[in-house]
Amino acid sequence: MINRYDNLIIEFFCRIIAAPLFLFGVYIIFHGEASPGGGFQGGVILGAGFIMLAIAYGMDFTLRRIREKMILFLSCIGVFIYGGIGAACLLWRGNFLDYGKLPLPVDSVSAIRGLGIMGIEIGVGLTVMGVMISIYYDLIDPGGIQPDMLSGEE
Amino acid sequence: MKPLKLLGLITVIITGFFLLYGVNDMPRWGDTNTPASVHVSPYYIQHSQADTDAPNFVSAVLADYRGFDTLFETTVIFCAGIACMMLLRKEEDA
Repeated sequence: MINRYDNLIIEFFCRIIAAPLFLFGVYIIFHGEASPGGGFQGGVILGAGFIMLAIAYGMDFTLRRIREKMILFLSCIGVFIYGGIGAACLLWRGNFLDYGKLPLPVDSVSAIRGLGIMGIEIGVGLTVMGVMISIYYDLIDPGGIQPDMLSGEE
Repeated sequence: MKPLKLLGLITVIITGFFLLYGVNDMPRWGDTNTPASVHVSPYYIQHSQADTDAPNFVSAVLADYRGFDTLFETTVIFCAGIACMMLLRKEEDA
């Protein structure tokens, strides 16, 4: 296992780029309806942001921001949002995933369908983000019990 | 050459011949007269804006017309994450 060491250039660059990166990921998710992009791509960008933090600042720093349980919760919630929007259409006498039947306060059916697309993009983005971070956390885990790993210098 | 390998070679050659023979019947690349191009594509291109208010009709096809597909794509990704978690994660902090 390679221990991390402080590198001023990498940490400074990651500190500058982190906030625009997360903003760009959210933009890709919400703007996927109107431009190339969508839930999968935006979720990957958000996940890559957390992976970048984990590489630059170490696992302790990142685990304090987003815990493993939180990641699992987010990815479950993503699938639940998607399936839940689909199932909610059944309650208002539509087909499964027929967003036009949802009772949203928008004047036209096509606008409701657009909002439904946006809703499921959010779900897809959360799931992809959670799975990306989760796989990275699992891969970087050295396996076995190594107490000195947990108390790294910060 | 062992008989089993010879049998495998003959099978591969015959199957490859049939596959290449079948390629002849496939539509040419970019042909606008294929069933996929005359049947659903024009409908999506002409109606997706009016149906979904989404200027990007790739998103409209992906999330609305083919929403069921995307739902289970998401589920497959979720299952991949769960499988990695089961295989790689330590037990005490699971």
